[in-house]
Amino acid sequence: MTVAVRRQDRAGYLFLLPWFGGTLFMIVPFFASLYLAFTDYDLLTPPRWAGLANFRTMLGDATLHQSLRVTLIYTLVSVPLSLAVALAVAMVLDRGVRGLAIYRSVYYLPSLLAGSVAIVMLWRYIFGYNGVVNGFLAWFGVQGPGWASDPRYALSTLILLHVWTFGSPMVIFLAGLRQIPAMYHEAAAVDGASSWRRFRSITLPLLSPIIFFNLVQSLIASFQTFTQGYVISNGSGGPGQSTLFYNLYLYQKGFAEFDMGYASSMAWLLLTVIAGFTAINFLAARWWVFYDN
Amino acid sequence: MTFTVVRGQAPPARRPRFGRHLLLCLIGLVMMYPLLWMISSSVKPSITVFTDESLWPAAWDLGNYPRGWTSLSEPFEVYLVNSLIIVTLSIVGNLFSCSLAAFAFARLRFAGRKLFFAMMLGTMMLPGHVLVVPQYVLFDKLGWLNTYYPLLVPHFLATNGFYIFLMVQFMRSLPTELDDAARIDGCGPFRTFWKVIMPLCRPAFATTAIFTFISVWNEFFAPLLYLTDPRLYTVPLALRQFMDSEGQSQWGEMFAMSFVSLAPVIGFFIAGQKHLVKGIATTGLR
Repeated sequence: MTVAVRRQDRAGYLFLLPWFGGTLFMIVPFFASLYLAFTDYDLLTPPRWAGLANFRTMLGDATLHQSLRVTLIYTLVSVPLSLAVALAVAMVLDRGVRGLAIYRSVYYLPSLLAGSVAIVMLWRYIFGYNGVVNGFLAWFGVQGPGWASDPRYALSTLILLHVWTFGSPMVIFLAGLRQIPAMYHEAAAVDGASSWRRFRSITLPLLSPIIFFNLVQSLIASFQTFTQGYVISNGSGGPGQSTLFYNLYLYQKGFAEFDMGYASSMAWLLLTVIAGFTAINFLAARWWVFYDN
Repeated sequence: MTFTVVRGQAPPARRPRFGRHLLLCLIGLVMMYPLLWMISSSVKPSITVFTDESLWPAAWDLGNYPRGWTSLSEPFEVYLVNSLIIVTLSIVGNLFSCSLAAFAFARLRFAGRKLFFAMMLGTMMLPGHVLVVPQYVLFDKLGWLNTYYPLLVPHFLATNGFYIFLMVQFMRSLPTELDDAARIDGCGPFRTFWKVIMPLCRPAFATTAIFTFISVWNEFFAPLLYLTDPRLYTVPLALRQFMDSEGQSQWGEMFAMSFVSLAPVIGFFIAGQKHLVKGIATTGLR
């Protein structure tokens, strides 16, 4: 018996061998970057212990504050907005529309493309001074600004790019809506509940675990946005630092200026922010996420 | 008039379906318009890209494609081949390493399984930017800058927990009697994995392969970090060069090559839709 168990143990570890390697490849850098956060390191000379110096510099680094602001605005606007659109469209589609598969595909395809350089470049021109959007506005006699090159609007164009990817949470919501037993709605309808009431009291609670899951995942991903800011500003975070995402600034510090100690302390600050938001999410979940079992 | 009660929702107060379809088509048009505009601009002469507002070009210039193909530092097929090599090896790596790990988590009993599984779920939430500085230093010390190793090795080490999770979910849905029968017939864990479980997991593998293809094909950050030699550039890095030569305003060529870069993703999407939709519905992957 024990021999058989031990053989199973050994087989398990053998199958996990690549995964053990990969986990080491994540755990060691995880702690290494924590160490580097307290050092001065330029890649050429060995790291020198600097105590809290990096964190003190961060307190007074206006560019860092700006990048944090950009990332927070982007995340806090685009994540709820795209989830709301995803849920609304999923509910319309869930009512048994003919051609569901076609609509679903058309809405979903942009999610696969939005992270590509080609689309972000395209965005820059669609929202350019001579772009499609201004061409459309011109029909109504409005001359719009160069959205992507105006510091006031550049970030909004990227928020719209994010909303354009509502298709992937939508597919998840659609799958979740399928799980809600029809009899709940029937019973409520017989009792005279309005469709808004049924949405509030049946759909929303039963879908809440899925909404929660989407929210947590999207927030974590959104805080790490890089490509969009890099490509739309050609690496500068411009115009006027308006698309300087946190990770873009981290990249500039770490891999253009090779201030790797500072980049590491920045990475840990962002990790703390993400962990904080995730923790708040999990705490708040007690009040609104409903597990039916 | 017939009442169609769709899954018993709502009492059959028949809404005008026409209105709903109109709304859905309108959303679809907004979603597709950027792509259609890009394709249309790729066949217009560069000077009319911003003046000819119609999607159907007033004047055509198919020469954007051959000119765009050779307008960067290397001919475009170099970048396509580079990307294809990286994507293919990444798919092989993910299928290999993630299926091994998934089999262990889903089908084997061993000490520490629950702990390791929890760790795996934990790494799924771990933001990659925290690791990037030390990993860069490591790859630099190994002399791997300007090689494809930094892009490939992580895929052979099952670092993407999403794919493991996807496969674990799939393998758990297979009856355990299969393993028992295989064991009675004298199969060890490796034969069970290779002869019994692997062939049944094809749908999960297809999903993994398609998602790996799309995410690696679009990947921008890691190639930007590790590749500086233009001959090694992947397609996204190559495309970005168009931004540097913006003054020349060769928009037609830029959109032509942009479309070339997206075409494989769109193709894979059309071919693998079923797996994609099922995949995101079970794991929340995107």
